[in-house]
Amino acid sequence: MLNKRRVLTLLVPFIIFIIGAVFLATPLLKGSDPSKLDSALVGQAVPAFTLQDIYDADKQYDASIFKGQKMLLNVWATWCPTCYAEHTYLNKLAKQGLYIVGMNYKDDRKKAIRWLKDLNDPYKISLFDKSGMLGMDLGVYGAPETFFIDSNGIIQYRHVGDLNDKVWNDKLLAIYEDMQ
Amino acid sequence: MIQLNKINTLIPLLLAACMILFSHASQAAIDTFEFENAQQEKTFHELTKLLRCPKCQNQNIADSNAELAKDLRNKTYELVKQGQSKDQVVDYMVARFGNFVRYDPPVTPATIFLWLGPLLFVVFGLLVLIRQIKKQLAKEDNLDDQEQQKLQQLLKQHAKDTKS
Repeated sequence: MLNKRRVLTLLVPFIIFIIGAVFLATPLLKGSDPSKLDSALVGQAVPAFTLQDIYDADKQYDASIFKGQKMLLNVWATWCPTCYAEHTYLNKLAKQGLYIVGMNYKDDRKKAIRWLKDLNDPYKISLFDKSGMLGMDLGVYGAPETFFIDSNGIIQYRHVGDLNDKVWNDKLLAIYEDMQ
Repeated sequence: MIQLNKINTLIPLLLAACMILFSHASQAAIDTFEFENAQQEKTFHELTKLLRCPKCQNQNIADSNAELAKDLRNKTYELVKQGQSKDQVVDYMVARFGNFVRYDPPVTPATIFLWLGPLLFVVFGLLVLIRQIKKQLAKEDNLDDQEQQKLQQLLKQHAKDTKS
């Protein structure tokens, strides 16, 4: 009796150790990247904004463009090498019929237009966020980032880093298809 | 000889000139923020130390030179200048970047263990200690009547011996 209790008390630190080890090892084994943060805006509507079209400074858009159908909002810039790597994949997704809105983030308008002409333009609408105003409100902390927005204009997910075959098929396609 | 002397006097002058020029250049690299009062300046400095840069993960926005940290510093300055309180600015940042931007995390179900963990640890340790002490005391009291008598006798004997 006494021995049994003794064994049990001695087991307590061991159990705590196991719980701690599992807690620490799970993200390691899953390969989750601590530099990829969850967006604070998941479940919320896209913040209000007024931004110019990248091709035409007289044309302005506001948050109403995110309603009506599910879509991706891709944040990119010409100073971002990963965006260059990602661009081909965006073209591919656009060809498959995905509705993608582009947001050019803290960039030069001329360079951005040249980029879109040279590499093809996968975006249905291209916003020009020179000051990073919408970027700040969206909590953008680097480029590229891609927001998944449902037909009600609600942000459902934010992907940090480039879109490619692997991440799209492993994870993002399911999220996209789950959206209404 | 005269020329050498001239050079000798010139060198410190040149050095001084260099120092002044370079110190000027390094000062220009630090953002200059002007405040209406000391309170606002204090709030701003507290905030930039408290807010964590999401891009450069283990630095606050005061320390980091990343583009994003600069943006956040400017935004913080703007909000403080508008007269917003410390909490309001922190809320503004948390609404956009999540609790990650705070260096002092709020108490939430996910973070409660940061406070409860050490407490539980201490309580558990105390419990073990108390049990151990009780056991020890119980052990010392383990004499039966006969042994108790014998002990008393021995003590008396000892007392007598030391007196004489």
